[in-house]
Amino acid sequence: MTNVIHSDQVPIERVGEQAPVRLAWRTRGLSDRAIAWLFIVPTIALLLAINIFPLIWMIRLSFTSLNLSMSYLPLRFVGLDNFRDILTDEDVWFRLQSTARFVVCSVALQVFIGFGLALLINRQFRAHSFWTTIILLPMMLSPAVVGNFWTLLFQPQIGPFNHLISLVTGVAPSSFSMTGEVALAPWTIVLVDTWMWAPYVMLICLAGLRSIPDYIYEAAEVDRASSWRQFWSITLPMTVPFLMLAILFRAIENFKMFDMVNLLTSGGPGSTTELISITLKRAAFEKWRTGYSSALAIVLFVTVFGAANIYVKVLNRVKQR
Amino acid sequence: MTATAKSTAHSIVEASPRTKTLAGTIVILYAVIAILPLFWIVATAFKSQSDAIAYPPKVIFQPTLEGFVNLFTVRTRQTPEFIAKLPPATTWYDKLVREHDMVIAGPSKVVPRFVNSLIIGFGSTFLAVFLGTLSAYAFSRFRVPLADDLLFFILSTRMMPPVAVAIPIYLMYRHLNLTDTKLGMILLYTAVNVSLAVWLLKGFIDEIPREYEEAALVDGYTRLQALRKVVLPQAVTGIAATAIFCLIFSWNEYAFAVLLTSGEAQTMPPFIPFIIGEGGQDWPAVAAATTLFVVPIVLFTILLRKHLLRGITFGAVRK
Repeated sequence: MTNVIHSDQVPIERVGEQAPVRLAWRTRGLSDRAIAWLFIVPTIALLLAINIFPLIWMIRLSFTSLNLSMSYLPLRFVGLDNFRDILTDEDVWFRLQSTARFVVCSVALQVFIGFGLALLINRQFRAHSFWTTIILLPMMLSPAVVGNFWTLLFQPQIGPFNHLISLVTGVAPSSFSMTGEVALAPWTIVLVDTWMWAPYVMLICLAGLRSIPDYIYEAAEVDRASSWRQFWSITLPMTVPFLMLAILFRAIENFKMFDMVNLLTSGGPGSTTELISITLKRAAFEKWRTGYSSALAIVLFVTVFGAANIYVKVLNRVKQR
Repeated sequence: MTATAKSTAHSIVEASPRTKTLAGTIVILYAVIAILPLFWIVATAFKSQSDAIAYPPKVIFQPTLEGFVNLFTVRTRQTPEFIAKLPPATTWYDKLVREHDMVIAGPSKVVPRFVNSLIIGFGSTFLAVFLGTLSAYAFSRFRVPLADDLLFFILSTRMMPPVAVAIPIYLMYRHLNLTDTKLGMILLYTAVNVSLAVWLLKGFIDEIPREYEEAALVDGYTRLQALRKVVLPQAVTGIAATAIFCLIFSWNEYAFAVLLTSGEAQTMPPFIPFIIGEGGQDWPAVAAATTLFVVPIVLFTILLRKHLLRGITFGAVRK
């Protein structure tokens, strides 16, 4: 411990050596401060132009009744009317509930499967890294393309999914439709999302499991702790920060889910799988209610921004380990 | 003493052979089931139209390249008499099409869409990695005021729901005449990717010891020379991994593409679901397009497997 010197705690004898170097940095070429700003400003400028400026514009529009299909009408400011409409609209609350159910179910399932797989892979059986890579493939694919090809797999007549289920359970393959039935469709999107993203949770949990030093298990073994006890007192608590990271990120991503579901069920049947992003897309790009949809977008922004804040805190805590 | 210590350590850290076999079996079973949908799509790409929509679905079939031919061409149906009057088919794909009483009328839109995906993907990746490297270096090496807030701001832009971001972008691009242009999409994807690039590259550059640069500075290099000749060569792996992540994002992106492009700048993801034959989706052609679209991603995943964890956690979790 005593030998550790942090980079900002320069020992006294080295201060003398360092001074001229620091001076040299400053006098030759651009100063560090100038370089730092020169390097950061383009990125910030791009983000201001593409993200922040439009955001401010959108905040302004959220107080108007702008409808792009009737854009000849003069811009009329309606105050907080859009926000009032959204927060008192039963449909919006219903969509938010569907979204919340989708987020909770799919993230729970992903954590269960992902953590389980990570525990198994951590046993380091032969060729485990090859199989890990195979398992990771679905999460690298385009969600839109995934949503599209699962519609083929779920076709009651020609798709293999129903036939596989009928092989196992004996139910006639064309007697049910995964994407067409009110009772099944919400589970269908959970199923495909889990197929895609359980590997994500697995990969992060695996990192958590590998961060636990062996000596802790050795000590537990010396104390004759059962493997059940070891799991609850060592494995689980020490992977919790990683698990939190995975849960938060998946929750944020699924809250704004659009692409996969839009192609798999496009919100249907009826509006059983209409997640809030699809509602927003319909309001903004089909009904062209720009003022209203701007206000809804801001409600979503605030929610995600709050969640992102917590996410970054967890991220930094994991980073320190 | 050492022998006993070793053997106990072994028994605790290493699982028993029986546990290993059991764990391996379950994982392999999961992997096989999880990969089945992909196999089905690749198989469908090589099915004939009638095999693809057979009831019950066909597992064993006569492979054909019909799907790929249909993907790349536009065809018109003709009477058998008309086809009999035509000069004999010169190419294998002409023959294949004529067997179904059709003639090729011209190329389909798939090649331009594929080229769009490439241009927009590589353009935005190059810009994002360039800007990201500069910013990451500054955040890593200099004391930047409000660094944590700036980094959070940069990351938070990536967290926003794409549909919500698309609303004001759509309005802004309409004013700037950027809707449905490759430049507009490149700028948008650069903005989304630059946040990932900054976070990932900061992690990679943080790992390069400062001592190398300090030595170079003492030797009379300027900061910029030290960056170019000392830091960048050591960060090459990190930059390459970051670039692949950016490329995959742009390649796969759907929400912005479907809301902001319609023709000129349309990429593959919004195009694939609308490959239509006579009477609905032409499944072999859709599957062929999906296969061609997914193959690069599979290769990149294998290339990236050591860096995947960093990529999906913005560089926070390293090993």
